Amino acid sequence: MPANQTMQSNPIQRLVRWRGIRARTILDMVGPFFGLLLVIALFSIDPAIRESFLSGGNMKLILTQAAVVATSALGMTMIIVSGGIDLSVGSVIALTSVVTAKLLVGGYSATTAVVVTALTGGMVGLVNGTIIAGFRMMPFIVTLGMMGIARGAAKWLANNQAVYAPDSAVNQLMAKGSVNQFFPLPIGVWVMVILAAVMSVVMTRTVFGRHLFAIGSNEATARLCGIRVQPYKVVIYSAAGLFFGLSGLMQFSRLTMGDPTVAKGLELDVIAAVVIGGASLGGGTGSILGSIIGALIMAVLRNGASQMGWGNYTQEIIIGGVIILAVGLDKLRHPKKE
Amino acid sequence: MTGQLPRLRMVDVKKRFGATEALRGVSFEVAAGTVHALIGENGAGKSTLMKILSGVHRPDHGTMELAGGPFSPSNPLDARRAGIAMIYQELNLAPHLSVEENILLGQEPSAFGWIRSRRRGEIARAALAEIGHEDMPLERPVNRLTIAEQQLVEVARALTQRPKVLVMDEPTSSLTQVDMENLFRVIQDLRKKGVSIVYISHFLEECKRAADRYTVLRDGETVDSGEMASADLNSIIHRMVGREMEEIYPRGEHQIGEPVLELRQLAGETKPRSVDMTLRRGEILGVAGLVGAGRTETLRVCFGLDRLCSGKVVVLSRESSAASPARRLAQGMGLLSENRKEEGLLLNRSIADNLTLTRFQPMCRWGVIREKAQRQAAQVWMHQLDVRAESPAQSMRELSGGNQQKVALGRLLHHEADILLLDEPTRGIDVGSKAQIYHLMGRLATQGKAIVFVSSYLPELLGVCDTIAVMCRGKLADVRPVGEWTEHAIIKAAVGQVGAEKANH
Repeated sequence: MPANQTMQSNPIQRLVRWRGIRARTILDMVGPFFGLLLVIALFSIDPAIRESFLSGGNMKLILTQAAVVATSALGMTMIIVSGGIDLSVGSVIALTSVVTAKLLVGGYSATTAVVVTALTGGMVGLVNGTIIAGFRMMPFIVTLGMMGIARGAAKWLANNQAVYAPDSAVNQLMAKGSVNQFFPLPIGVWVMVILAAVMSVVMTRTVFGRHLFAIGSNEATARLCGIRVQPYKVVIYSAAGLFFGLSGLMQFSRLTMGDPTVAKGLELDVIAAVVIGGASLGGGTGSILGSIIGALIMAVLRNGASQMGWGNYTQEIIIGGVIILAVGLDKLRHPKKE
Repeated sequence: MTGQLPRLRMVDVKKRFGATEALRGVSFEVAAGTVHALIGENGAGKSTLMKILSGVHRPDHGTMELAGGPFSPSNPLDARRAGIAMIYQELNLAPHLSVEENILLGQEPSAFGWIRSRRRGEIARAALAEIGHEDMPLERPVNRLTIAEQQLVEVARALTQRPKVLVMDEPTSSLTQVDMENLFRVIQDLRKKGVSIVYISHFLEECKRAADRYTVLRDGETVDSGEMASADLNSIIHRMVGREMEEIYPRGEHQIGEPVLELRQLAGETKPRSVDMTLRRGEILGVAGLVGAGRTETLRVCFGLDRLCSGKVVVLSRESSAASPARRLAQGMGLLSENRKEEGLLLNRSIADNLTLTRFQPMCRWGVIREKAQRQAAQVWMHQLDVRAESPAQSMRELSGGNQQKVALGRLLHHEADILLLDEPTRGIDVGSKAQIYHLMGRLATQGKAIVFVSSYLPELLGVCDTIAVMCRGKLADVRPVGEWTEHAIIKAAVGQVGAEKANH
């Protein structure tokens, strides 16, 4: 019978089907989560650093470090699931952190600074999305160009040097408080967690989310089914830009200054987080929870490596290896069918 | 046929994959210089058998003989060297390379790694001459050839290997009637030259025309074999399906009502050039024509997928010029793409998502999709359309072609579309699923839905439709009630012998 012939699946897949959609989602989640536990366990082996590595204070540090990448990863997940890519993240973070600093230097209130910074990110995304949708251009090329433009704009705005801002409520966003305890966590971490929860529901349970997956899975089908693909793209890149702006705000808050040279190459960390989390660059797959865990895995690796006293280059090599390993394992979990 | 030694003989071949017994004992014999049709539903084991023949899989049990000697290829190259050539349903050509380069792909004549171009031209031309197409331009890239010409290139490539047995898997699935006639001529020529041909097709009428003998497979077993000339198609179908099948084509009275869709001098960027057509409630309107006549483009322009350059589309007496697919869906129109893998379906999403994609409202609360409601809705359609799958959460990619097509059709039904534009809805699916789709179309028309049915397979158009329109070179050549058409008349109109004269002079 035809139905039987198509069922030569591995045991994992059979298990996944057992309870339908939900069991599958859980299993997809378990993969990256297991990876996170594994890297934490690996750094706990060495008794010399175990205590300080596993301390509440260090865990808080990891979360604070991960927040910037994780917040951007929320936007990037939307983009990658819909079949696109955005290389301008790092530059947008630099630009928006400078914008925050300039506004505070100019005497504007913290609220104004927060709103305008996020909107700046959104505007850059709007420009990206409009060009991509309007001229049917490759997202890779458009955002590669924007990477240069935003970086240049940041340097221009900052007069090519760090902008020191007066103390304000924005600095509280990523303030760690007590160094030795896990709680209280910085507000920025909570903001990221709440946004992740909201985005997770949006991606998996709403019509908007389904349409996003549909566009990434097969744009022609999405169009056939009446989804207005091009306007969707404008919305997706703009919304993602808001998240990047928020990351810029967090970046500013961590350094308490606007630095136009900050976050160089961060776009690759963000993309890597999303991919480690189970998304495919071809579009149509990915999840918010996965991307957050991906961002955490990278933060744990960075933190653990520096606690071990490994050099910068070792970190880079390890993280590069982890990205390839994660995607390789993912291929094993979901063997491509003919 | 003559009583000589069979060219190919497969005896009691068995193969299992894990828990699935794909072949449970197939015996199969092809005589030299004959065409042998291999018939069976999807999943009956035809492809597995051919994969064993071509060395992709090794049999678990059974023996094979080729030209009198034992034959057990351990890989595809082995089988190819022994004289087995395959032409697959999906064309395997490098689109940017030339005709000549494609014909000799993987077997370029060379000296010390340098390609000997003159020798190459000779071989390629000889192969084309063998199938009577020596006039084909050798230097043209194959992506500038028609599908039919590309297939000839494949045949030529297979011939350069001097095959003893040539396997053709669904060779006509994307050909028009005229191109098919050409292919049959080539097949007859090869047969006369002593090549044995295994011909796999869903179209029984075609098998009857092309083949000398036939073998029917069902559930991995040989269930019937015999001379094609004396065979009765109905009994072959009966053997294939293994159960009493009601008529393939539905016969119900359709109450034809008021016009729901009118195309007035519809024109797209290149095709169609000018089409006037009226579709009424309860009517199945067939559209015949050669590939490239503009049938698909007419549907796409009408649905808003391609740009409408001039003319009008009138839906339910409301006139509009251009509209987006979203607008057309809102008007109660639905389009089934001819290309279900590349356009019709989200292959890596679930059955449930594919079924409900255009209408989430019934299962939504405050913009949030209730998954239980979605699953239930999907289950209802899967049951009604007899989609064979484990659960609505199963990925589309894992279904057979027939089941995929039922899901694609189910989406239009879930959308409650009243005007269905179906582009080649039965392409590449098994006879059982085809009959189910014909009957579904019949039921829908009885319920008062209006259907445009584009097809290159004339028997199904004649069997299912109330009215048939024939297109030729971007224009509508003729529209008549089905009773006034014969296959011959449709072909004549499609090649421009009747309608075009009227239109041009």
